[in-house]
Amino acid sequence: MTDSNPEVTSPEAVSTDVYETLIQKFPGVVERDTREGYTGIIVRDRDKLVEVATAIRDDLGYDLLSNACGVDYLAEDKLEMVYHAYSVERGGPALVFKAQTPRDVAALPSLVSVWPSTDFQEREAYDLYGIHFSGHPNLKRILMWEGFDGHPMRKDWREPFYEEDQKPFKSRWPGGHVQRAEMHVPYGMNVQYPEGFSVDQWAPEAEQAVYAALGTPTTETGTDFSQIKTDQMVVNLGPQHPSTHGVFRMAVTLDGETVTALEPVMGYLHRNHEKIGERNTWLGNMPYTDRLDYLTSMSNNLAYALTVEKMLGQEVPYRAEVIRVLMAELTRIASHFWFFGFFLNDLGAFLTPSVYGIAERDLILDLFESVAGSRMMCNYMRFGGVAFDMPPYVGGPAVRENDRGRNIETMKYIKDLVYERLPRVIDQFDTYLTNNEILMTRCRGVGYLAPDRAIAYGVTGPMLRAAGIPYDIRRSDPYSIYNELDFEIPVTYNSDLYDRYLIRVEEVRQSIRILQQIVPRLEETEGQEYWAGKRAYNVRVPAGEQYGHGENPKGELGFYCISDGGANPYRYHVRSPSFVNLTALEEMSRGNKVADLVVILGAIDIVLGEVDR
Amino acid sequence: MYGLGIIKGIGVTFKHMIDTYIEDIKWGVKRYTTDEGFTYRQSPETRGLITVQYPEEKMAVPERFRYIPFLVTNEPDDPEAPNHDWCTSCGICAKVCPPQCIWIVRGSDPQTGRPIPEPEAFFIDIDICMNCGYCAEFCPFDAIKMDHDYEIASYDRTTSHVHDKAKLAKPISYWQTIAPTRAEQERLAREHKEAAKAARKAG
Repeated sequence: MTDSNPEVTSPEAVSTDVYETLIQKFPGVVERDTREGYTGIIVRDRDKLVEVATAIRDDLGYDLLSNACGVDYLAEDKLEMVYHAYSVERGGPALVFKAQTPRDVAALPSLVSVWPSTDFQEREAYDLYGIHFSGHPNLKRILMWEGFDGHPMRKDWREPFYEEDQKPFKSRWPGGHVQRAEMHVPYGMNVQYPEGFSVDQWAPEAEQAVYAALGTPTTETGTDFSQIKTDQMVVNLGPQHPSTHGVFRMAVTLDGETVTALEPVMGYLHRNHEKIGERNTWLGNMPYTDRLDYLTSMSNNLAYALTVEKMLGQEVPYRAEVIRVLMAELTRIASHFWFFGFFLNDLGAFLTPSVYGIAERDLILDLFESVAGSRMMCNYMRFGGVAFDMPPYVGGPAVRENDRGRNIETMKYIKDLVYERLPRVIDQFDTYLTNNEILMTRCRGVGYLAPDRAIAYGVTGPMLRAAGIPYDIRRSDPYSIYNELDFEIPVTYNSDLYDRYLIRVEEVRQSIRILQQIVPRLEETEGQEYWAGKRAYNVRVPAGEQYGHGENPKGELGFYCISDGGANPYRYHVRSPSFVNLTALEEMSRGNKVADLVVILGAIDIVLGEVDR
Repeated sequence: MYGLGIIKGIGVTFKHMIDTYIEDIKWGVKRYTTDEGFTYRQSPETRGLITVQYPEEKMAVPERFRYIPFLVTNEPDDPEAPNHDWCTSCGICAKVCPPQCIWIVRGSDPQTGRPIPEPEAFFIDIDICMNCGYCAEFCPFDAIKMDHDYEIASYDRTTSHVHDKAKLAKPISYWQTIAPTRAEQERLAREHKEAAKAARKAG
């Protein structure tokens, strides 16, 4: 079922050779990015971008294009696309390449033909930056609605209730009389529309675009329809439907019960997290990352802290690393327990598995609450450590009416969890579900995604490992203290729903194994420093760019940050695993039954907080 | 045998149900009426159902729990300065607040017009507050703390959700009740700081 991979690829830096090779191969086209604090290369000749990208993929072997995002350099009158490509086989850090376009031209060739993983990410860049990608098969807005005026991530675009470019706002202190934003701008006038636009007369053309993207209905399902009187139809699943795990919508063309085409529609939960992030101070973004994938806030904190620490060159004390890994792995377990419950929910096993999963998750959240102060919105990591040391006790004193106090020693609580409860419970889940015949019949062979397609789509996390590819950032580009911990990266090979379930069971076991190595380290480092450096609230970050990432329970969570040397990020991009993994949804669902479609979506394990951002 | 997996699975749910009864018999009423019973029920050692019977019983929140902030003041019967605000209106909390929900009017001397270390007005829009706890974490005077009172439902958000100084102010004894260990640690740290300052002055 699983496969160990004893050969841990060493994290060799992207040697200058790689960039040299490219510069020699494409003289005059490619040049080094020489800006202060920047890495990688810039493709100067935009028309050659596809050619260069193909060479990076085929000749250099960087086959996983993880991140693609836009940047607006307003002062230089340029828009830039930044790409981060990884090698699945070799691991190591990213190969960074960029392409620039003047703001008034705002056009670049699309890389969808080379890496389908850029599909949604280019649509996002088109939506938020207004970059037109020639050759993109389905270039339309993805997070904002069709008919929205302007491109909100551009530096000269200002949101409703705009106050200032950067926090802290001057109106708050010393003469800060409270103003409610909604009183300031009356309701109905706080949204900007294109010229000549009227809400009352608006016909939702975007709907037509959604259905047009489904293409002409086909009957290639292998069924002999000549004998049956039938027709194809378009059905909307969501946005208001519990099976879509939030406000997510799938427009599907059905041939009988078989899905022939699918178009995901998202953005219902969009709040322009990245624009908020650019207004915020560096530290101020930390609690916002909690709200991305709100089931894994500790891991989100960690990935963001890693990115900014890289920019600061900040060292992290050993105890902080230990606590971070403890929290990240507990988060993984909690998230996977949640997954088991709701995956079974999607299959029709209503509530019992989810309640079992949630009960275990709650015990983990109790620990988070005592350590960080909040169950879900932890806001626990800081640049250079963690906010607090481990508390002596889990629980609190009874103060209010009907309060029941609890006082369990933290180490005892953790040990009970790690050595007794979690191993027992995962075995229990295994007995409960893994060999269940209904589960097997429903899941085996459904939602297949070929391994090479999975890489092409930029799929990461358990989805990729279920396709037989042992790619895990904890090993391929190690961070924190994962290097000194002994664990395996489980792999399954069938790449169907059942394997995506199995892989998570195995990942929980591996996480428990990590935790069992963490507990003694936690005891050894008792009383040591947990937060290095100055505890400043106005952290200033040296100018430059950085891409940092961590292995979240759902896949690769990356942050691409640019600093101009100030107290606020110039660019703050979130590469969220759920968003990119959704790119593969159509390929996985085509040809499957509509009842399985819900489960296929469930097996990606999306959280709309980070899909829509 | 086909169906064996299902039967084994049902066995797990059955055992889960039986476990609750075994615990109930072992503990008796104590499982539901005493703090020890509750602690055991809400610990990793527990078996069976772990439901908290809210609102008849509520899980006490830990000391670090963060909810809407409040301002620390002296006791009403303080001999020197009753109800005196600890806040010096330095503005750090307003600057560090990620969603910018804190508004402060710095106090000034009516005669000279010079700023004085106490706030004239202090507002927190709790609709905007995201309970991150930065204000309490970075306050150099222990003057703003995160509350534990999470039951704050109200009928009218437009009038009751902007907390002013009168509504935010709570005496230090309240903080000592909800977070005894932390309050004690902070008191010691303050005394240490004062002593160091005095020693510097003397030396």
